Amino acid sequence: MAVRREEERTTVDRYPGRVRVNHWITAISLILLALSGAALFHPALFFLSSLFGGGANTRALHPWLGVVLLASFAVLFVQMVRHNFWRKVDTQWMRHIGDVMSGHEENLPEIGKYNGAQKIVFWLMTLLILVLFATGIMIWYEYFGDSFTIEQQRFGHIIHALAAVAMLLVVIVHIYAGFYVRGTMAAMTEGKVTGGWAFRHHRLWLRHEAREGVIDERQAPPRRPNIGPAE
Amino acid sequence: MTNSWTDIKNTDLVIIMGGNAAEAHPCGFKWVTEAKAQRGAKLIVVDPRFTRSASVADYYAPIRQGTDIAFLLGAIKYCIDNDKIQHDYVRAFTNAPYIVKEGFGYQDGLFTGYDEAKRDYDRSSWEYELGPDGYVQVDETLQHPRCVYQLLRKHVSAYTPEMVERICGTPKDKYLTVCKMIAETSARDKVMTSMYALGWTQHSKGSQNIRSMAMLQLLLGNIGLRGGGMNALRGHSNIQGLTDIGLMSNLIPGYLTLPTDKEVDFPTYMSTRGFKPLRPNQMSYWQNYRKFMVSFLKSMWGPAATAENDFAYQWLPKLDVPGYDMLRTFDMMHQGKVNGYFCQGFNPLLSLSNRGKVSQALSKLKFLVVMDPLQTETARFWKDEGVHNDVKPEDIQTEVFELPTTCFAEDEGSLVNSGRWLQWHWPGAEPPGEAKTDTWIMAQLFQRLRALYIKEGGAFPDPIVNLHWPYRVADDPQPDEMAREMNGYVVSTVTDPADPTKVLLEKGKQLDTFGQLRDDGSTACGCWIYSGCWTEKGNMMARRDTSDPANTGAYANWAFSWPANRRILYNRASADIDGKAWDPRRKLIEWNGTAWTGYDVPDIAPAAKPRDVGPFIMNPEGTARLFVRGMMKDGPFPAHYEPFESPVANVLAPKIRGNPAARIFKDDLAALGTSDKFPYAATSYRLTEHFHYWTKHVWVNAVLQPEFFVEISEQLAQEKTIQNGGWVKVSSNRGTVYAKAVVTKRIKPLICDGKTVHVVGIPLHWGFTGAARKGFGPNSLTPFVGDANIETPEFKAFLVNVEPSNGPATS
Amino acid sequence: MAGLQSQDFARISATNFRPPDVRHDFEVAKLIDVSKCIGCKACQAACLEWNNLREEVGFNTGSYDNPHDLTPNTWTLMRFTEWENPQSGNLEWLIRKDGCMHCADPGCLKACPSPGAIVQYNNGIVDFVSENCIGCGYCVKGCPFNIPRISQADHKAYKCTLCSDRVSVGQAPACAKACPTGAIVFGTKQAMLTYAQTRITDLKSRGFENAGIYDPPGVGGTHVMYVLHHADQPQLYAGLPQNPRISQVVELWKGLTKYAGMAAVGFAAAFAFVHGIVARRNDVSRAEDREAEHLIDEEAARGRQT
Repeated sequence: MAVRREEERTTVDRYPGRVRVNHWITAISLILLALSGAALFHPALFFLSSLFGGGANTRALHPWLGVVLLASFAVLFVQMVRHNFWRKVDTQWMRHIGDVMSGHEENLPEIGKYNGAQKIVFWLMTLLILVLFATGIMIWYEYFGDSFTIEQQRFGHIIHALAAVAMLLVVIVHIYAGFYVRGTMAAMTEGKVTGGWAFRHHRLWLRHEAREGVIDERQAPPRRPNIGPAE
Repeated sequence: MTNSWTDIKNTDLVIIMGGNAAEAHPCGFKWVTEAKAQRGAKLIVVDPRFTRSASVADYYAPIRQGTDIAFLLGAIKYCIDNDKIQHDYVRAFTNAPYIVKEGFGYQDGLFTGYDEAKRDYDRSSWEYELGPDGYVQVDETLQHPRCVYQLLRKHVSAYTPEMVERICGTPKDKYLTVCKMIAETSARDKVMTSMYALGWTQHSKGSQNIRSMAMLQLLLGNIGLRGGGMNALRGHSNIQGLTDIGLMSNLIPGYLTLPTDKEVDFPTYMSTRGFKPLRPNQMSYWQNYRKFMVSFLKSMWGPAATAENDFAYQWLPKLDVPGYDMLRTFDMMHQGKVNGYFCQGFNPLLSLSNRGKVSQALSKLKFLVVMDPLQTETARFWKDEGVHNDVKPEDIQTEVFELPTTCFAEDEGSLVNSGRWLQWHWPGAEPPGEAKTDTWIMAQLFQRLRALYIKEGGAFPDPIVNLHWPYRVADDPQPDEMAREMNGYVVSTVTDPADPTKVLLEKGKQLDTFGQLRDDGSTACGCWIYSGCWTEKGNMMARRDTSDPANTGAYANWAFSWPANRRILYNRASADIDGKAWDPRRKLIEWNGTAWTGYDVPDIAPAAKPRDVGPFIMNPEGTARLFVRGMMKDGPFPAHYEPFESPVANVLAPKIRGNPAARIFKDDLAALGTSDKFPYAATSYRLTEHFHYWTKHVWVNAVLQPEFFVEISEQLAQEKTIQNGGWVKVSSNRGTVYAKAVVTKRIKPLICDGKTVHVVGIPLHWGFTGAARKGFGPNSLTPFVGDANIETPEFKAFLVNVEPSNGPATS
Repeated sequence: MAGLQSQDFARISATNFRPPDVRHDFEVAKLIDVSKCIGCKACQAACLEWNNLREEVGFNTGSYDNPHDLTPNTWTLMRFTEWENPQSGNLEWLIRKDGCMHCADPGCLKACPSPGAIVQYNNGIVDFVSENCIGCGYCVKGCPFNIPRISQADHKAYKCTLCSDRVSVGQAPACAKACPTGAIVFGTKQAMLTYAQTRITDLKSRGFENAGIYDPPGVGGTHVMYVLHHADQPQLYAGLPQNPRISQVVELWKGLTKYAGMAAVGFAAAFAFVHGIVARRNDVSRAEDREAEHLIDEEAARGRQT
């Protein structure tokens, strides 16, 4: 990780490739889960099952997607958890959530790698994925139909449905934040953000990264092909 | 059945005892539900187990197996003591007023004339006192100390409710409730029907079990009436046909009897069969015996049976023993005295007592031919199936021929149901593989044997060489041909002796009824009681008219009911001595001043005046017998005897084991067990889900009841620490089986003579072939002893021990 | 049978419209008179035969219930209960033919997410349409009687069809046809209710004071009804529910949750969209870029010192 002075701008490394890959596995499986789940959730959305080759395939695929999600998210969790512990400054930041929504970040305290809302998203996702997975097991009829009573399965269904709705809300917040806060997408596409972005949203983190060292790529000789991207 | 299945709907009270109609005859049982639903009839079930029949009964009383006679004689005593007798009926239609000879007696469990060494009675004292006119002496007041009624009253006096409880284990209050319900049907407008089956027959005193109820029904005036009667529920769809057609070893068709070797010629044979009436004016239908017999012989040997050769009487086999029943045959086989055995529609390895002995007996044969639609255990008796058939094939030299036959659904013919209805049926499917009809196989054998006899002569070729074989295709007689032969036909034209131009019977025509049979050889008839089944009008058995005028349940134009399409036997007894129906709502036939008219074919001649001819025309008395004279081997009255293997001693005659007149072979006596080693009273039975050893071959039935089990009470399970659904080992003095335990509230311990008796129920549907799980039959355990009169094995009462087990060792 | 009976539906699973009442003539019902039933299992055999089902040959586990439960191949099952009546002291062997009750308000249909996988015909029969079934097992949870079973072979739900194929051509269900004692009768629901009254009168005359019909209102009545000797205690009959109704949890799941969940997600998405349009753009200013450069230099220098 490093701050890089490039020819035309300064960037900060935010996510290495392995995290990005993991993130997108998680994201894609989440989207597929949402689509397939929605097909089974409401008759008006049953047409979505066509995306998966019909109702029976949707039914069969959905739980396996859940397994993929759980596995990839588990890795993501390990990769990210140390930046997500709650600090006092997060509470402070959260008090200014109105300023965030109205784009007045200048009023906010300096923030490390993640702000309070991101941490809440992280922990909510963790919690919801666990709940969805646990209840998903309960209602995975093909393999666990006999392991739970029908009454337990009924509760499994409603909790699964409610958790899925909550999950979608969290995902909407997450995705919208990515769009709304310009420059964010690059973190998960290219793995780096601009210095200005880091200064505006995660100044403490920027300080930390800068202190670790600045790589000036402007004067560097042409890179040898066998040197990979920064890390 | 005296009545018919459909007639049961007319009853007020059904007693199921010695049977389990709902379980073993579910289709027929519908008429019980009809009677209950439409008439408000009540149902009593008396059984050691709370059965499926009991589950829909109004009243259930438990009884220890093998004690039915005590129960029923107690009920007779109750009816006599409480004056619940249909007096007019009893006086007019039974032998109650008849006086019995001096010298008859009963003491310590034995009737006069017992010979312990022979296990048999000299029955000469069991006879009426005849007057100088040859007729029996009668006391209409029923007061004569030696009249049947008074003898009966004395005979049943021991069977108090307390004694019944002591013997049967039926609690006194329950017993008295049953007696009260039964006794109510002594009213003229109330009837009871008795439904029984192998729960009564499969005892060493089976015939007397049935007689006891028949006597009770007579005293209540319930025989001959709609909704009454003695209704034997036959265990196979055509077992009634089997007995009718004379497949018993001592019978020929129509309940005629095979000669013994002492009956050296036809006149000697006939001298004991044409029963002379014992009352003035009485009709004794067996006086026609000679007509039936000659017509039968004519159907057997056709033109070769002539008046000169006594209609080929000498070609009939003559018995040197009372009968080659299956117990005797297999005992002889066991002694190595039988070389070959034809096993046609019979699976003795599972259905005959003492399987160990049966297996050894079959091993001593030179050849065994099995004709069966199914792959029977008997055909594989030599096969080592581990614990399920533990034999050494290398030690068995019997050659087995397995000839696959068609089953009932693949061929044409008639089945006779319990109600004596001959119902024609048509094939519903093609026989599979190489299966052939039994008649085709027998015809093939016969043709080849006859050719050999013609060619080689032999010791006595006549019966075979001369056998009348008039079929269109000699190799393949057809069912219609045999049915027509059974019905009978005119051999030579008969004219009216008064007017020779008037033809009474025209040569070649089918007979209308057995009333047309003649003893001069001009008629032939294979089975006189079936006469009328295929007349010139066609196949009466194929009739399917469901009309039933006045809703009597007779269905007179549905199929054909022997004899003479009569639906209720002894229907004359449904009317009083003057011919008026006992109960106008139940009119069956009535005397209208000149003839008997009504809904059924009268037993007696339509113009026979009411007071002249009694209803029971097959008896020379014309009446029904409460006292049966010398006609049963084990007593003119029934008496309580314990089963040969019993948990308690006979409290009335402690020294007597079993039925004293039942035959038992020496080895089999030695193989009996005692209650110190085998303390539990076992019984065997069928389940609804299966039919004998057949349906275990059917996937669906195997699903419905897959695995062999025994039923025991919760108390016995606790005593022996047996788990419900766990394995148990059940053993008798003759063998051991392994079964799953069904621990149930439906079996409760009984208190008999102060002792707790545990009942063990053993259903009989499993073996080592078929779709169901491999298992055992109760015959691995049961004793090799039969009823005194008809040798039916004692399957319903024997002793076993039960222990928890880990199941049969599997290899 | 869906294809044969088009336009004959009262309800179709996972669809938001109610089909028109084109042929709404009368409702049918099967009446099972437990007091006439002898537990012979002819109905079970008939069901296997007519529907060409092949159940596995099982084991004896200490009762007459074989198989031990409903399965994808066993659509009806006799359940045997031994009960000692505390009032009379008598043993009663209560035998109940278990199977689909064909509820007027079918929980299975309510729970089913697949359009047309479960239908209710106008005659009241609730039928599973295999080609539309996705094997999710929701019907199992919707059912208050624990009836549907999912096949592990083809992952489709199975249960009694009330022989809709036979009924559609004017025949009684196979079980009713096979019943030897007339314990199972079939006809219009009205006729069955009327007939049941005669049976109840008979049972009351035999001392069963609480004899009655089982046609539970909680599921809108059923098209399979029982005559019970002890209608006040249906649970005696192998756990027949006292007052069955679609589980509140299922009602909530398939009712409020379904709509509220859709609304919540839709609202959130809409809010985000509107916010995106109207809210001040959250972007990095050039000033911030410059300040970032400054800060980096400062911090990098501080880093070098340490």
